[in-house]
Amino acid sequence: MIRWLLTAVLAMAAAMPVLAQDTMPPAPYAYNQLQDPRLEAEASELMHSLRCLKCQSQSIADSDAPMAGDMRHQVRSRILAGESPEAIRRWLIARYGDYVSYEPEVSSTTWPLFAIPVLVILIVAGVLLRRLGRRRSDDDTGAAA
Amino acid sequence: MIAEIGLAALWLAAALAVLQMVSGGLALRAAPGEVNALAIYARPAAVVQAFLAVLAFTMLLWAFATTDLSLKLVATNSHSMKPLIYKLTGTWGNHEGSMLLWVGVLALSGGLLAAFEKRLPERTMGATLGVQGFVALGFYAFLLLSSNPFERLPVPAGEGNGLNPLLQDIGLAIHPPTLYAGYVGLSVAFSLAMGALLTREVNPAFARVMRPWVLGAWVLLTLGITAGSYWAYYELGWGGWWFWDPVENASLMPWLAATALMHSVSVLAARDALRTWTIMLGVLAFSMSMLGTFLVRSGVLTSVHAFAVDPERGAFILGLLGIYIGGAFTIFALRAGAVAEGKRFAVVSREGALVFNNVMLSAILAIVLLGTLYPLLTEAFDVRVSVGPPYFNPAAAIFAVPMLLVMAVGPLLRWRSDKPARLQFEFALIAALVIGVIAAVSFFGQFPLLPLLGLGLAAALAVAAFLPLKGRNLARVPVATWGMVIAHFGIAVALFGMACEGAFSKERLAAVAPGGTEQVGDFTVTLDSVTPIAGPNWTAIEAQLAVREDGGAPVILTPQARTFWSPPQSTSESALLTRWNGQLYVVIGNQAEDGRWQIRVWWKPFVTFIWYGGILVALGGVLAIAGRVRVDVRRRRATALGTQRRADVEALGAEPVPAE
Repeated sequence: MIRWLLTAVLAMAAAMPVLAQDTMPPAPYAYNQLQDPRLEAEASELMHSLRCLKCQSQSIADSDAPMAGDMRHQVRSRILAGESPEAIRRWLIARYGDYVSYEPEVSSTTWPLFAIPVLVILIVAGVLLRRLGRRRSDDDTGAAA
Repeated sequence: MIAEIGLAALWLAAALAVLQMVSGGLALRAAPGEVNALAIYARPAAVVQAFLAVLAFTMLLWAFATTDLSLKLVATNSHSMKPLIYKLTGTWGNHEGSMLLWVGVLALSGGLLAAFEKRLPERTMGATLGVQGFVALGFYAFLLLSSNPFERLPVPAGEGNGLNPLLQDIGLAIHPPTLYAGYVGLSVAFSLAMGALLTREVNPAFARVMRPWVLGAWVLLTLGITAGSYWAYYELGWGGWWFWDPVENASLMPWLAATALMHSVSVLAARDALRTWTIMLGVLAFSMSMLGTFLVRSGVLTSVHAFAVDPERGAFILGLLGIYIGGAFTIFALRAGAVAEGKRFAVVSREGALVFNNVMLSAILAIVLLGTLYPLLTEAFDVRVSVGPPYFNPAAAIFAVPMLLVMAVGPLLRWRSDKPARLQFEFALIAALVIGVIAAVSFFGQFPLLPLLGLGLAAALAVAAFLPLKGRNLARVPVATWGMVIAHFGIAVALFGMACEGAFSKERLAAVAPGGTEQVGDFTVTLDSVTPIAGPNWTAIEAQLAVREDGGAPVILTPQARTFWSPPQSTSESALLTRWNGQLYVVIGNQAEDGRWQIRVWWKPFVTFIWYGGILVALGGVLAIAGRVRVDVRRRRATALGTQRRADVEALGAEPVPAE
């Protein structure tokens, strides 16, 4: 019972800051698009590949969290100011770390993400050659393995 | 009392799982042609165990239905004010309840196998049931030792904590049970594969026993993923239908393995080829089910699905995973050499195409597995990386594009060996469709590469799916073949939906004062009013939006922003306007300081085709099962009739003998 009460109290405490934040008005570009459809498309593509740090597996383009709104505002206003999407991504990574970007870049910590698919391609080619390629020459002998 | 009955049933079921395991294992020790005296208990043990496990789950369901707040699980996850339907679905909206559902389905499928499967040799059946009992035992131990769903509180709680509002939705009522049934159906495929491997009975007869289980599990996984995707689409309020979220990947991986297994087992049944492949995929498919369960249930992921945060449980499931998968692959490594290679085939043959696509499916599986596990791995070393759509989409496409091309021509090829020259017209047609559609779409505007490729492939696949019917008498095409045609067509339909959504979606985010109008595509959206309303366990603001298509008659849409009080959380209830060629998706957001309301509107052309496609794929699977069962029943009836006739003839022939 006590543990249950404790969980309840903790849940309330956890919920409060969220409610408190909600009372602040969102930044202008958090929920408003850029006028220029080309710039908005650029911003939208970038926002879909940035992680909402307060959420669970959501991009900032798919989140109601106030922080995601602030980040959307940052992205849109910087695009409007003429920055390139890649520059904005780098700025955000410098600020929040690699975690913020859904698009991993080759680095000392992420190289297996790129090495292993290459390895998979090689294995796939190997398996296919072994299973299918060999057949033609074997067929002539007619031997069953 | 109800909870105690459930707990007792669970312990008894665990004891029966031990009996089933031992008795099934003893079947292996019987001399060929004889039956071990102790091996006869495996079948009844499995059947009674199924009854007990289902009884335990029913008891928990009852406790949730009546909101028995003396149960810890009910008190922490339910609330007396919740609508009855969500009280019931809340049974599996938590760790313990969902594991009990898992075990219940596992025992039920084991019981069905034991009760109705009479075609396998007794030794193989014994080994299969023994493995099934061993798997079940691990999960009973997990449930009873570390996540007892029937734990009582010393003092009953006054009121429950409630259920995560995101999960209070009809999507949750369908999605997890379907997915679990699919996961667990693969356990039967796994047990059968192990049984066949242990008794060296990997042959077409075994494949025919395994096939309905694989097909059934695959249909359920397909439906579960489709329902889950649609749930995420309308419930999360931003119109995304697939996020490459680890939890989604956890359901996609068994599906990929099951898809490969289903095709492989069909080849084994029809052609006696791909024996070791089938066994390996059987082990792999269930491994992925268990891995999915581990990812979701252990709390290693922080996501709405990961309710458990206790690391002890994670370690327990990881241990089970190690024992079953490690053990299975060890037996596989030891015994695979003893399984004779099946019938041979040429590169250009239907088997060849199926092997190619199974390898591609396995490669996609490897990519998804890597992208899902790698961030968890680096997190253990305090390096946090995110792997998302910009990684998964292209990496999976490398293998998916050749796979889809081969899928278009594969069903046209003959078994064993074929000549490409015979299919010149079909090849040319498919190539022309891919290139033609891509060229035509590119002419009208600039679109990203992947949706463009998707459109081209979808067109080619949609036509190619029906080519196997060319020149055949449609009335005489077997039901199972119709199943294949419809499932392949479903893939094309889903692909078309995904590509259209990716390439042509229109978005409008704006702050609108009541009376204000916004334009999205051909639609004008007018905010009529915003009113507060109240539900059973929430309050909400509801917007009234008048939507006019090309200035036609208005349709009223009412999206809501709901605030639940137990637990305190807000959700967006999107409003959808479905047309044959897409959906208009409307969400109401916050009120700005100047009194205007944030609205989000999307026009998503053909987005519904994603889920129509999923349903078609599942329908294809159902037809395949129905077709096989029909053939099987007919064959059984014919055999029974033949035996009876032979007996009659014998009786007639034998009668005159004593008369002489």
